[in-house]
Amino acid sequence: MRNYLAFIVFTFFSLPVLAVVDGEKYPFDDPTDARRFELLAEDLRCPKCQNQNLADSSAPVAADLREKVYTLMQDGQTDDQIVDYLVARYGDFVRYNPPFRMNTLFLWGGPVVALLLGLLLIVGIRRAQKKPVSDLSDADKARIEALKKEYLVSQSTNKADPS
Amino acid sequence: MNRGLLFIPLGIFVLMAVVFWVGLGQEDKTSLPSPLIDHPFPEFSLKVLEDGRAVSKADILGAPALVNVWATWCPTCKQEHAFLNELASQGVRIFGINYKDNNEKAKDWLMSFGNPYLWNLSDPNGQLGLELGVYGAPETFLVDSNGIIRAKHIGDLNPKVWQTLKLQFEAME
Amino acid sequence: MTELYSMVPEFGQLALIFAFVCAAFQVVVPLVGVNRRAPWLMAYARPLATGQAVFLLISLFSLAYCFVVDDFSVAYVAANSNTALPTPFKISAVWGAHEGSLLLWVTMLGLWGMAVAWLSKTLPIDMIARVLAIMGMVSVGFILFTLETSNPFSRNLPSAPAEGSDLNPLLQDFGLIVHPPTLYMGYVGLSVAFAFAIAALMSGRLDAAWARWSRPWTTAAWIFLTVGIALGSGWAYYELGWGGWGFWDPVENASLMPWLVATALLHSLAVTEKRGLFKSWTVLLAIFAFSLSLLGTFLVRSGVLTSVHAFASDPERGIFILALLGICVGGSLLLYAIKAPTVASSGRFELVSREMFLLLNNLLLVVIALAILIGTLYPLVYDFMGLGKLSVGAAWFNTMFVPLSVGLAVVVGAGAMSRWKVDSLSRIGTMLWPAAIAAIVFGIITPMIISGELKGMVVLGLSVSIWLTLATFIDVWKKARGQITRIPNLGMSYLGMILAHLGVAVTIVGVTMVANYSTEKSVRIAPGERETLGDYVFEFAQGGHITGPNYTSDAVRFNVYEDDELISTLMAEKRRYTARGSVMTEAAIDVSLFRDLYVSMGEPLDNGAWGMRLQVKPFMRWVWLGAIFMACGGFLAMLDKRYRRRVEKKVSVSKGAELGGVNA
Repeated sequence: MRNYLAFIVFTFFSLPVLAVVDGEKYPFDDPTDARRFELLAEDLRCPKCQNQNLADSSAPVAADLREKVYTLMQDGQTDDQIVDYLVARYGDFVRYNPPFRMNTLFLWGGPVVALLLGLLLIVGIRRAQKKPVSDLSDADKARIEALKKEYLVSQSTNKADPS
Repeated sequence: MNRGLLFIPLGIFVLMAVVFWVGLGQEDKTSLPSPLIDHPFPEFSLKVLEDGRAVSKADILGAPALVNVWATWCPTCKQEHAFLNELASQGVRIFGINYKDNNEKAKDWLMSFGNPYLWNLSDPNGQLGLELGVYGAPETFLVDSNGIIRAKHIGDLNPKVWQTLKLQFEAME
Repeated sequence: MTELYSMVPEFGQLALIFAFVCAAFQVVVPLVGVNRRAPWLMAYARPLATGQAVFLLISLFSLAYCFVVDDFSVAYVAANSNTALPTPFKISAVWGAHEGSLLLWVTMLGLWGMAVAWLSKTLPIDMIARVLAIMGMVSVGFILFTLETSNPFSRNLPSAPAEGSDLNPLLQDFGLIVHPPTLYMGYVGLSVAFAFAIAALMSGRLDAAWARWSRPWTTAAWIFLTVGIALGSGWAYYELGWGGWGFWDPVENASLMPWLVATALLHSLAVTEKRGLFKSWTVLLAIFAFSLSLLGTFLVRSGVLTSVHAFASDPERGIFILALLGICVGGSLLLYAIKAPTVASSGRFELVSREMFLLLNNLLLVVIALAILIGTLYPLVYDFMGLGKLSVGAAWFNTMFVPLSVGLAVVVGAGAMSRWKVDSLSRIGTMLWPAAIAAIVFGIITPMIISGELKGMVVLGLSVSIWLTLATFIDVWKKARGQITRIPNLGMSYLGMILAHLGVAVTIVGVTMVANYSTEKSVRIAPGERETLGDYVFEFAQGGHITGPNYTSDAVRFNVYEDDELISTLMAEKRRYTARGSVMTEAAIDVSLFRDLYVSMGEPLDNGAWGMRLQVKPFMRWVWLGAIFMACGGFLAMLDKRYRRRVEKKVSVSKGAELGGVNA
């Protein structure tokens, strides 16, 4: 285990680090830049292939685009600038991370809204359940609370019911 | 619990089914729409394939033109070539971009199969192709006299495709 | 010279037609029997289901026979086989492409139907009649689809080719023998739960006994699906050559979605069985689960979405499946909307209770499945709206998946030990606070030790899996009252749950570590040279050529050293398959519990040197080990006494009870 942990530390600090695909062609002095290149290549889509990113594709156009990303990185462009450059020529299709815009609102917001609606639904179920209880008198409600406490106490001293 | 809520899953499914129905009807799923429509043709300074002289964007301006991306390694390009020859004989201005190809092979190819192009740009490392968002051959751009790209067609040009493109081409200035 | 062509393909097709007839009668006769309350008509359901299955098996075996004897007059065999193909692959080539895999699908549906027919002697006859009739409806649709648009037995007479086009080299692998059949058993198995749910809606009857009957069938299908997905991931890992094990590809998503909903269904069934609650949720989830199975079939075979895994895309087939989908899913959701109130539950549970935790659990599972659905279909919707082409890839899916699954793991830890009907946060808190503290502490310390960097994803992943593991152990300890010998007595169902939940934790650890701490190096390496990656030294021992049964390859043998000691010899290959000329990269993998070493060949360089890709992938095995735990957990749960008790009880129950529909 100690060896394993040690090697991971070692790897992280070793230099120079080569990037993912065809490391020969894309040398970087700085390991963080190599990582940046890998991430960019993973988040950009090969325009010609059947659902592959630039890092994994062996298509010639993918090689061209990797080359371009590398050149732009050496020129000092930021990740956003590089992605925008490619999108300006190939369209949004080349981004695996879809843009956050008005027309992708449903995409980005959908799951969150679904979660919130689901929670609302649960609240609704709870409300529907609770209703009859509020028709009881205060004395009855107090009795119910007392019975509940008694139940809890008795349960904690017995073996609990599995599944 | 509102009765109507129970119909929501059915409603969502019907919407999805409609989307699928339309999706099935789509003919060409692999061609990417170009973001360069209504944008200027990129600047370039490359050599002409035929005689090696240097040209730039200014040399394609002046009248509407087709810019056709082709290569000797592309079998579909051979299929569309006869049609391009026909268009050229009708007086359509066609420029070519010889994409990621070998100059000698390309010249021989044109000798054998005819040259419908006013002249060809030599783009051996695909740099201009990248600027144009080219991802395969053949691709054809419709460029107007001011150098604005008005349309892009992915795949070969044939009489059926030309029927629709022609209208656009003739409407261009 | 006259060739004599075998009649076996014709027999296969005839068997398929007979199966269709059985299925059609299986729909009509029992339902008429239900309508007229005629037990003798309903009794036909069982033999018809059996007959259908037998004919389907004959059909499938006929196709397999054609492959084994190299009958290239059958178009499907010619397109997917070759005389040089090793026999095991010839058999698995039966399901290597669209038509044959569809035949496998319907055969499995028939087998599940037959199993339900034989193993349901204690079910009331009208219930079994409805269930089998519904399964028959699905069969009718799919067998018709096969016969009409995807007939595996079509022949290319009079000119049969002398040689076949060979099976796609990517598929010439053990993975093809196990992955599709297991996965299909899962997809198709969900039709049983679906049929039970529709039967319940139709009869307006849904009680705890119904849940007890449905549960083992659903668990069985879920186990197959779990194993099938894990096999697919493992296969992609070693077959595709670059060490990836999951890509959020549409076809992968198509299997993950029904799995998530089936998991929610299992949990909902538990509540219905125990407390008679969540009835209409359970029915809806059963419909969703099978619908997602069908949706997966549609996505993969219609060409609507681009994927590396998709079968041949054909709009005509797409329309047929869409129609099937419309009838099955649309019909069942309509039935649900109309009849759900007849199976509604009445019962109460507190805000803090096992029911509430399970409700939250199911909400999260369904939202995750919904998120995956949205991400997979959005490019289609975007295109439909005329907005162009959009891609939704790993980055988006991970953004949605990670927080939701972290939330899920937290809920599972607390929920698994909560009490029915009424519980309290203070009781749970008292029991579990050590787990929470330990989780956060170790979740932070571990990444610091490993890399000196506090990676958010690692902290999250590790803390949540430690939390789940410790919470599970604490619950077991408390229930066994501190004595290990009591653990086996806690009940199979409970132990199954424990194992499955531990499996979830193990998978989370695996995914977290592999995603964040994998290292790799792309190098140029010549014979005799060495490369170092972390603690490991890779030495190019020898390069050479290998001739296989239907391929030739360039191979490189590597010696791997750790601390100057030889720990492994790996051989990587780059194969060229003769028939199709395709080139495949066969990676060399050294497997170990805590890390995988992965070596794959790139391009040949000068002087015998090669471009190679070396990878160290920590905890890779844990990803699939977790899935195995989950499957074993499910299996244990199926073995629970209460399902076996039924068999003993059956002996003493009179025949009258069976006909009268008395619930056991």
